[in-house]
Amino acid sequence: MANISMTVNGVSTTRDVADHTLLVEFLRENLRLTGTHVGCDTSQCGACTIHLDGKAIKACTMLAVEADGAEITTVEGLANGALHPMQQAFNDNHGLQCGFCTPGMIMAGIDMVNRYKASGQRLDEAAIRHELEGNICRCTGYHNIVKSIADASAKM
Amino acid sequence: MADGIGARVKRKEDKRFITGAGKYTDDVRSENQAFAAFVRSPHAHATVTAIDDEAAKAMPGVIAVLNGAELTGDGIGNLICGWAITSKDGSGMNMGAWSALATDKVRYVGDAVAVVIADSAEAARDAADAVDVTYDALPAVAATAQALDAGAPQVHENAPGNLIYDWELGEEAATDAGLAAADHVTSIELTNNRLSPNPMEPRSAVATYDAAEEHYTLYTTSQNPHVARLVLSAFYQVAPEHKLRVIAPDVGGGFGSKIYIYPEEIVCLWASMKTKRSVKWTSSRSEAFLTDAHGRDHITTAQMGFDSQGKITAFKVDTIANLGAYMSLFSSAVPTYLYATLLAGQYDMPAIHCNVRAVYTNTTPVDAYRGAGRPEACYLIERIVEKAARELNMDPAELRRRNFIETFPHQTPVIMNYDCGDFHGHLEKAIAAADVAGFAARKAEAAARGKLRGLGYSTYIEACGIAPSQAVGSLGSGVGLWESAEVRVNPVGTIEVLTGSHSHGQGHETSFAQVVAERFDLPIENIQIVHGDTDKVQFGMGTYGSRSGPVGLSAIFKACDKVELKVKRIAAHLLEANEEDVYCEGGEVKIRGTNKSLGWHEIGLAAYTAHNLPDGMEPGLKEGAFYDPINFSFPAGCHIAEVEIDPETGVVEIVKFTAADDFGTLINPLIVEGQVHGGIAQGVGQALLEQAVYDENGQLLTGSYMDYSMPRADNLPSFDIAHNSVPSPSNPLGVKGCGEAGAIGSPPALMNAITDAIGTEDIAMPATPAVVWRAIQSTHTAQAAE
Repeated sequence: MANISMTVNGVSTTRDVADHTLLVEFLRENLRLTGTHVGCDTSQCGACTIHLDGKAIKACTMLAVEADGAEITTVEGLANGALHPMQQAFNDNHGLQCGFCTPGMIMAGIDMVNRYKASGQRLDEAAIRHELEGNICRCTGYHNIVKSIADASAKM
Repeated sequence: MADGIGARVKRKEDKRFITGAGKYTDDVRSENQAFAAFVRSPHAHATVTAIDDEAAKAMPGVIAVLNGAELTGDGIGNLICGWAITSKDGSGMNMGAWSALATDKVRYVGDAVAVVIADSAEAARDAADAVDVTYDALPAVAATAQALDAGAPQVHENAPGNLIYDWELGEEAATDAGLAAADHVTSIELTNNRLSPNPMEPRSAVATYDAAEEHYTLYTTSQNPHVARLVLSAFYQVAPEHKLRVIAPDVGGGFGSKIYIYPEEIVCLWASMKTKRSVKWTSSRSEAFLTDAHGRDHITTAQMGFDSQGKITAFKVDTIANLGAYMSLFSSAVPTYLYATLLAGQYDMPAIHCNVRAVYTNTTPVDAYRGAGRPEACYLIERIVEKAARELNMDPAELRRRNFIETFPHQTPVIMNYDCGDFHGHLEKAIAAADVAGFAARKAEAAARGKLRGLGYSTYIEACGIAPSQAVGSLGSGVGLWESAEVRVNPVGTIEVLTGSHSHGQGHETSFAQVVAERFDLPIENIQIVHGDTDKVQFGMGTYGSRSGPVGLSAIFKACDKVELKVKRIAAHLLEANEEDVYCEGGEVKIRGTNKSLGWHEIGLAAYTAHNLPDGMEPGLKEGAFYDPINFSFPAGCHIAEVEIDPETGVVEIVKFTAADDFGTLINPLIVEGQVHGGIAQGVGQALLEQAVYDENGQLLTGSYMDYSMPRADNLPSFDIAHNSVPSPSNPLGVKGCGEAGAIGSPPALMNAITDAIGTEDIAMPATPAVVWRAIQSTHTAQAAE
């Protein structure tokens, strides 16, 4: 057991967790933030993507204790009164169907737009498709996810 | 109207999903939740000689360890297959028993032997590892081609030679005569690769037994919660139907794999009663690869005859279909009535004969997966037609044109009666959109860069909304395939629509609301779609086979007819007008030729106060309908794939993918196109990337996303989608299903493009770089030898 503290969606949180608890389990089971999903057991699908200290990570690849002191944003923490432009773009462009991969796609999408803007690179369709390598969707064929991220990129 | 039929309305349901507020089964947590973990066979075939659970039972947090003897001892029934197929000699299916927990034998890797119930998921998993099962390993058979071999290991004693049925459709003598009389016969041998369905949400179940009420509640990842309740109660005797509530909340994709009632759902319900705890199980992705019903897995040889003008004279097909270790719920129907009945494709064929042998192997059960039988039929027809065109030195589009069915209704030689279509129109629209005229120049330009460019067609037809119930019953179906709906107008004039269809990504909450909004000219915000809960919706057959539009929506439409009738009677009475003068417009109920009108809230209030209703009218405003279609609907279209191949690496790039589809009336083109995108992506997956692979011992080699190649964003292009709609005459809205067409039409288009590029037909799906590279090398070797 370890006592850990972190800021999750702007709220300071302190909990006792077992040493082997994955960060995604901590978010889902301890904090009941069930918007972050688990779609595989090999860190391939990206459904558990969150932001940790401003960077997108897969919350299944990290222990909760490793996130001690971190600042975390999950999909539940994005909308601040209004929807985040990335969330809005997914709705506007029909970027989701069953919705299961969607939180991970949105978190990955925001991260990629931020990185490309920071480095001054152009986030074109090929770049979006390449950047989405770590997120699997079975419903949309990615067509409208790519459109959603491109749309949000223009508005962020 | 703005949000009515044909409008690209943004989805109402999106908000909860994009904010993380969706409620999936694994998000459900009961008070005092217990967790299940299954002990699964590591052997493909073995006798279970002993189960030692003493150590597991002593572990911290463990509540119970339960096995198959206890399960069957409590009277829990074996899993059923819901469609009886009769062999050509008149005999029934040779079906082996499938217990939710194996009692004496295990027959595939992943077959459940025991279950641990514990206070936490990890305690359950740890204890499951500690259950010591003694197996006596037996020889296994995994390959479809080897299942019928003399001396092949026997999967079930009552299926001699592993043969489940030997079935035929069509006239063999007429077909043989047609081939004998043909000027040219094209032959082909094809494998339709086995696929893992992979909805992104793994299966999950939360079962809660209420001892005081003797009542069960099951949250589950189901495409058809009412069918689950019926089967769980009537056949598995887990709980009586009136004491079982099944809820399929937000479900993260299905693609067929969540139609079936799996052992885990049975066991969770039973274990909940045994332990008096709410029992939850959520599949890991590894378990999903092992236990979610797989799709496809056919081996086929076929011959197609042509006369001197290129007209098809006959089509003869011989297929072996691998159904895995047990017969899953609708497995028997997939390679028969969902496959052979579509073998005419879009073509006027005088004679067809198809023979299908279904076999057991020591592999995961195989059942319907997006398209279910129709992709296998389409792949065969479109590969052989394209091959024939090349052998006849004819433009493949022209060979298709010469054989297209042009008048409707059209009775095929294999049961189906096509009600409408425009096959020439789909082809020409796709040819224009794909710029086929410019292909030769693009091919030459690619060749100058050292690349091989190819173009392939697929003119597909499929059948969805299986119907009518009487007909499917006569063919062996154990269920009727109608749908039900209830339209409730509240006293304040808002509307709830309860539907037996189930949305697991299809957007029913939006598209169904559009139909009702259009029907009554009401704001779409006033209409709420309710589904997925057997306590709310009286009955439903669920969503699969692209049936929600043609069948589910038709039931809603029919219920709206009844509501409209009553609304008109109430309005006519209150406003002292004739019923035939009453109409709905702008959110009100109006009287033609007058300025009289009533709001829906006024109609609703009148109906529920019942102070002033027409003589003899019952209070309330709620109508239900059951809709049984008169025919299937027949979506059809043309896909054209253009690929560029690097001969040095075998990597296939899809440079352009064009689809011109006929889904009849489009309710929401935004949603329809999304369905097509996803379907094509799954077809690309089958053609280029995906295959569930077993070794000779029946071990699944593709058991994770590290081994099983899912389509990723950078494997796919953006798609060009065009519509060429011919409204269906077989349902009131004229709709045709759109959920599966993409997965049905696309694989042959891609493989025809690849074979066009590399100049050999001898290549199988998935056309991975290694497969393509070897095929290219073999053509070089063959050319060098000539």
